[in-house]
Amino acid sequence: MTEIVLAIAIGVLSTAGIWLLLRPRTFQVIMGLSLLSYAVNLFIFAMGRLRSGAPPVTSSGLARPELYDDPTPQALVLTAIVISFALTALFLVVLLAARGATGSDHVDGREPAE
Amino acid sequence: MEPNGRGFAQLYLVAGAADRLSSNLLILLILAAPFLGAAIAAGLPRHARTSAAILSWIVALVCLVSLGALWPMFADGEILRLEIPWLPSLGVDLVLRLDGLSWIFCALILGIGALVVLYARYYMSPKDPVPRFFSFLLAFMGAMQGVVLSGNLIQLAVFWELTSLFSFLLIGYWHQNPAAREGARMALTVTALGGLALLVGMILLGAIVGSYDLDVVLAAKDQILADPRYVPALGLILLGALTKSAQFPFHFWLPRAMAAPTPVSAYLHSATMVKAGIFLLLRMWPIFGQTDTWYFVVGGAGVATLLLGAWCAIFQHDLKGLLAYSTISHLGLITLLLGLGSPLGAVAAIFHTINHATFKASLFMAAGIIDHEAGTRDMRKLSGLYRYMPITGTLAIVAAAAMAGVPLLNGFLSKEMFLAEVVSGGNGHALNSALPVLATLASAFGVLYSLRFILATFFGPPPTLLDRTPHEPPGWMRRPVEILVALCLLVGVAPALTVGPFLRSAVISVAGPNPPYYSLALWHGFNIPLLLSVLALCGGGVLYLVFGKALAANTRGGLLHLRRLNGGYLFEKAMTGIVKGARWVERVLGADRMQPQLRAVVLVALLAGAAAAVAGGLPITPDWSAPAPSDYAFAGLWLVGGGCAVAAAWQAKYHRLAAVVLMGGAGLVSCLSFVWLSAPDLAITQLLVEVVTTVLLLLGLRWLPKRLEEMKVSDAEQRRSRRRRQVDLVIAVVCGLALAIVAYAVMTRPMVEGISRFFVERAYSEGGGRNVVNVILVDFRAFDTFGEITVLGIVGLTVLALLRRFRPADDSLAAPNQRQAQEHALADGPTPGDALRDTLLIPRVVMRWMFPFVIVLAVHLFLRGHDLPGGGFAAGVALSIAVLLQYMASGARWVEERLLLRPILWIGLGLIIAAGCGLAAVGFNRPFLTSAFQYVHLPVLGKTPLASAVIFDLGVVLLVVGATVLMLVALAHQSLRRAKRDEDAAEEGA
Repeated sequence: MTEIVLAIAIGVLSTAGIWLLLRPRTFQVIMGLSLLSYAVNLFIFAMGRLRSGAPPVTSSGLARPELYDDPTPQALVLTAIVISFALTALFLVVLLAARGATGSDHVDGREPAE
Repeated sequence: MEPNGRGFAQLYLVAGAADRLSSNLLILLILAAPFLGAAIAAGLPRHARTSAAILSWIVALVCLVSLGALWPMFADGEILRLEIPWLPSLGVDLVLRLDGLSWIFCALILGIGALVVLYARYYMSPKDPVPRFFSFLLAFMGAMQGVVLSGNLIQLAVFWELTSLFSFLLIGYWHQNPAAREGARMALTVTALGGLALLVGMILLGAIVGSYDLDVVLAAKDQILADPRYVPALGLILLGALTKSAQFPFHFWLPRAMAAPTPVSAYLHSATMVKAGIFLLLRMWPIFGQTDTWYFVVGGAGVATLLLGAWCAIFQHDLKGLLAYSTISHLGLITLLLGLGSPLGAVAAIFHTINHATFKASLFMAAGIIDHEAGTRDMRKLSGLYRYMPITGTLAIVAAAAMAGVPLLNGFLSKEMFLAEVVSGGNGHALNSALPVLATLASAFGVLYSLRFILATFFGPPPTLLDRTPHEPPGWMRRPVEILVALCLLVGVAPALTVGPFLRSAVISVAGPNPPYYSLALWHGFNIPLLLSVLALCGGGVLYLVFGKALAANTRGGLLHLRRLNGGYLFEKAMTGIVKGARWVERVLGADRMQPQLRAVVLVALLAGAAAAVAGGLPITPDWSAPAPSDYAFAGLWLVGGGCAVAAAWQAKYHRLAAVVLMGGAGLVSCLSFVWLSAPDLAITQLLVEVVTTVLLLLGLRWLPKRLEEMKVSDAEQRRSRRRRQVDLVIAVVCGLALAIVAYAVMTRPMVEGISRFFVERAYSEGGGRNVVNVILVDFRAFDTFGEITVLGIVGLTVLALLRRFRPADDSLAAPNQRQAQEHALADGPTPGDALRDTLLIPRVVMRWMFPFVIVLAVHLFLRGHDLPGGGFAAGVALSIAVLLQYMASGARWVEERLLLRPILWIGLGLIIAAGCGLAAVGFNRPFLTSAFQYVHLPVLGKTPLASAVIFDLGVVLLVVGATVLMLVALAHQSLRRAKRDEDAAEEGA
């Protein structure tokens, strides 16, 4: 049942993220990207299947893989978390620079024509 | 004939007679010298007309002499090969291949090239940048040599495109002239498009045979014809050849290319460029020559071009225009001969190629002399020039007679062969029965326009419409014409003695070692071809007598408006259409506005996913077991998380602060989910990154414009935006639903064995760590991590660069309300604690004291990272949080007075350490970033595994802390910069 909860969570996060992504104001878009990256990180993580209470580290000697949670998606997501932080930072600064240069926080750099 | 092994510059001689090394060098020299000369000429000063000409002259002569020295090897059709390995792994070699056919083409290219160089020295005006002209000319010569010397199909296509490029530069040499630009553009578009088709055709051909080597391909005729792909391959190759040699319906570019300087026309349209197409047809003839496709396409294009070119040539008033259409017509003749598919047709085609090159080059040069000395090429203005320039006149008359096919000249011989071939019916197709009539008609037209060329220009009353008195040109300008006309005569009188051996070796390389019998005699007795020849000569003369006056008076285009049957019109239409189409596409799909674009991206992603799900099926195996108590807790957790996400989306427009906080809530819930689902590493990293991201966003909020719900826009705009929101909501919900379904489908599917087992099993034994995730990051996949931290460093520097130029918008300049209130409150406000220095008083103390503890936490995370949850990324972010807290508590100035922050240096150090750790492995002859580990006995800790990957992780820590601090500090400094500006303004005011 954990699966269905997480699936719905991914769905809700991505819905909120995509809706914000399509908004006209840059700040909304940056929030949308962040929410979407949560959803995507959870999605990638879920590719390794869900497992609660599995030991996080191996013991010395020959490890039995079936005991542990799948480490590959975890390594991928760890990378993704750091990169999405960099993305948010860069986008925030671009947003600020665009706002300073154009005077508008619209994604097109100008207010829509009436 | 298999190409032999792959040494450097290996030479392959079938019947080696000469010194290998020297022939090796000669063949390379022939190809390389023109390019080398072009590079040198390009560097000469603008006015170095004579030195550039001498240079080009020497290059052409040296190549010609080298080619002559190679001749003794070709008497019996041998093939000389020179292979230089280029991309041996892909089977691509630079193969130079010289046989009888390429030898004769090389001789034409170099011989006429040398004459054109001499001629151009006198023709080109010293006002033009002449060295550039010679540079282009030499480069073009080299490219042509490359085409005829290529022993590899792809290489041939590359040189083919090079000839298109250099001809573009040559035709557009007088770029100040719009007609030249237009002509150059058209020639390039048509021939380069044909070249692209040729490339695809060659690739197809190579795919059929399994090799791009010309010798292998030529030997695989049966294999090619048995493959159904040969028809498209042939079609594409023919498209290349026919566009290049200006065959109907692609002939229109050639007359427009006449805007080029006359030496260019003399070169491009006699011996080179257009003959490249003929060369390719000859090369492909042994393979495809007998197929029906070949007969209909090549033969059909040939006969249409022959007639159309001759017809149009009749009505020209411009000497060069007449010669251009006549060239088209003669190329049609050669193409028709090749299309017939009979070996004798190929012989006649080669022979006529040589003859046409000589008389047409001399005629172009003569036209250039007339233009040069009389100031016009318009036949309506020219008249009676013979009395002013008798020598040039005589030369032109002889050359034009050769063009018309008058006996004792070379044109007569090959035209006889043509007529004989046409009469004999070639391969016996029923369609051939009309050919003798058409051929005779075209020949009569040829006689007619040749007569017109001579009579209108050189005879009649003295010209009255010229602005100068024409005279003979400088002797050296006439010399090339003299040489060419002498050749016309020599070949015409004694063909077997002059051109015989060369023709024989070329025929062998096309038609095989046992060429058909042909006679190069002047007199074959009374036969039908002779009768047709006489008919054409007389017919042409009669036509001139009858229509000569009318022709001289006609407005351009003449009868029947055959000019309309002109691809040029369609070409212009097509070009306009392309531009219009592009505009339309831009308008419809234009990248003008961001929202529709993003919407399109999202929809395309949705459709792609849906298509994959529909095509591949998406089996879902729901798990109907009763929920465990813990599931309720998890569901409750996500009730909060989902609520936060939705609320953040809802509030992001008008309540940014609330949205940031709510988003943080969603982030924390996903962090807790990682804990729940056995991923502590992710949880730690997510939590720390969450903190930094939130602070970053808060720092940015300050510079965004106020957006209040009370700000109203027009009703229409409001309706529009409501509609947009509704549409987007539907898109978002569908996407979210789709993602949820896909996620559920995957999660409930049994696990597939991947690479994880490998990682888990070897993490300790080979990576020396028990935290598999960390070992993957710093050891198994360290190269990825190295790339990632590099990206992070670049982002940090980019942020700094962007913010250096940052100018806040006017409405964000004033200090925020709260700060203004606090500044007004001074030291002791209405209530104690309101003043600026009292802000965050207690948190400030706490945060200052947390500094060492957070650092200890970071060190702890780093040190245990290899064996327990933690690691370089987490440690780096934690360290930057330690710095960040001080900034928040005490302000930038306070911190920078007390802490030495060198984030850029840290980024650099981090990269160097990480890269150095990787390079150290190279020092031990292991691949980049191989790690080593060792058990060491440390005091207190006991036996500990110590991996070199820990050093790599140290680099990660330094870089992460550097990049993160750099971003935060750069953002935080914006407030300082503004404050400083205020101070400056205050000082100025005072």
